[in-house]
Amino acid sequence: MVNNMNSIVPEITRRSIINLINNEERADGRSLNEYREISLENGVIEKSEGSARVKIGNTQLLIGAKPQIAEPFPDTPTMGVLMTNSELLPMASPTFEPGPPDERSVELARVVDRCIRQGEVVDLEKLCIIEGEKVWMIFLDIHVLDYDGNLMDAAVLGCVAALMNAKIPNASVVDNEIILDQEKMSPLPINEKALMCTFAKIGGKFVVDPSLLEEDVMDTRISIGMREDGSICAMQKGGTEPITKDELMNLINIAREKTGELLKYLE
Amino acid sequence: MIIIIINNNKRADGRDFNELRPLKIEAGVLERADGSAYLELGGNKVLVAVYGPREFYIRRMQRPDRAIIRCRYNMAPFSVEDRKRPGPDRRSVEISKITSEALKPAVFLEKFPRSTIDVFIEILQAEGGTRCAGITAASVALADAGLPMKDLIVSCAAGKANGQVVLDLSEIEDKEGEADLPVAIMPRTGEITLLQMDGHLTPEEFEKALDLAIEGCNKINQKQKEAIKKRYGE
Repeated sequence: MVNNMNSIVPEITRRSIINLINNEERADGRSLNEYREISLENGVIEKSEGSARVKIGNTQLLIGAKPQIAEPFPDTPTMGVLMTNSELLPMASPTFEPGPPDERSVELARVVDRCIRQGEVVDLEKLCIIEGEKVWMIFLDIHVLDYDGNLMDAAVLGCVAALMNAKIPNASVVDNEIILDQEKMSPLPINEKALMCTFAKIGGKFVVDPSLLEEDVMDTRISIGMREDGSICAMQKGGTEPITKDELMNLINIAREKTGELLKYLE
Repeated sequence: MIIIIINNNKRADGRDFNELRPLKIEAGVLERADGSAYLELGGNKVLVAVYGPREFYIRRMQRPDRAIIRCRYNMAPFSVEDRKRPGPDRRSVEISKITSEALKPAVFLEKFPRSTIDVFIEILQAEGGTRCAGITAASVALADAGLPMKDLIVSCAAGKANGQVVLDLSEIEDKEGEADLPVAIMPRTGEITLLQMDGHLTPEEFEKALDLAIEGCNKINQKQKEAIKKRYGE
């Protein structure tokens, strides 16, 4: 999401954002380590087994979690499968184009997937129905409706929320046949909660939850995925400028505090 | 003696033959888009964004004397029972085409030569009649974008289910019914801008269904106007 296509930021805007941040201020009045207003609604799509609508400021995403019975991967015959897919809908921004997913969309889906998979949010072992033959495959579809920066944090928050409110039918095996009990729905086996916290480096300082304007002028972006217990489960650096070890260690401390705040929305 | 009176004219979901599902329309729901609208019709949830008029970079498709309208009708993977594979299929390509053709007559396209107006219709949840819901929401979004328009295009389907001509088919009526007739009109003149039909109807039944669909369109049109008034005041 660095170097947004077609978004040329006027030099005067760039300088004013950098000057503000050097004075520990931001264009929308936040402090450097402050998120925008967050809202999370669960179960907004009745036809989807799990769903959530997330808003961080004006950024708005809709996430659906849908289970399907499928074959497991040959190297993990006793584990269910988690598939994350994202669509940067052209409705969300004038810079998003219809068509096959571009690199920004693929990066978003893969980083979110890593955070949730490595965070072991879902106990995939419990999603096995017949070893080596049939397992539950959970699709997470991220639908970006309105883009005003920081898709990653919103996507992970929404995906975990959608997984937490998803209900799947009970599957039993009789004579090697799978019987689905649509009457008896049970929640997904949730192990852990993982969340993501994204920082942008602008003019030598880091800000949390960059807005679109801040993303347009940032030099570097760093996203840190963290579990409830404070362990790190995923990271992704974006942007062209380098970052030092000291900066990184400092950000991890801030991420820990911020993840604590984000977790409250999942309660 | 107990007499049980059964009203055989009621439908599976308890509606009368000429009754719409519960309808809600809201204008201006997205920040980035130039115009937007959200619509719920029964279990249908539809979000529409409009961008433009903006520069059209495909030069060979530009029109020197007017703007063009491009539509993209897209169903979310989680909008239906069994997950839909993302991306356009034949059905959504056809619906996109007829939707842009249905909307065109209402907009003063000649005011914006060489440009494009992009309409993005997202079906967040589908429960029968999504194309009509999409068109109805799209014209509210076009108005919300501030485009000069002759009228608000409104769309509604009628059809035949269980041997009866009915308005606004539900998902089951659409799948199991005998006929489906989606219609879009310009309510001020009554002119038809979209018409499709599949199934079996006699000419008499067709006329009845068409009248019913137009009656439904006029009811929905009131809600469209209310949504715009609510956003911009009287």
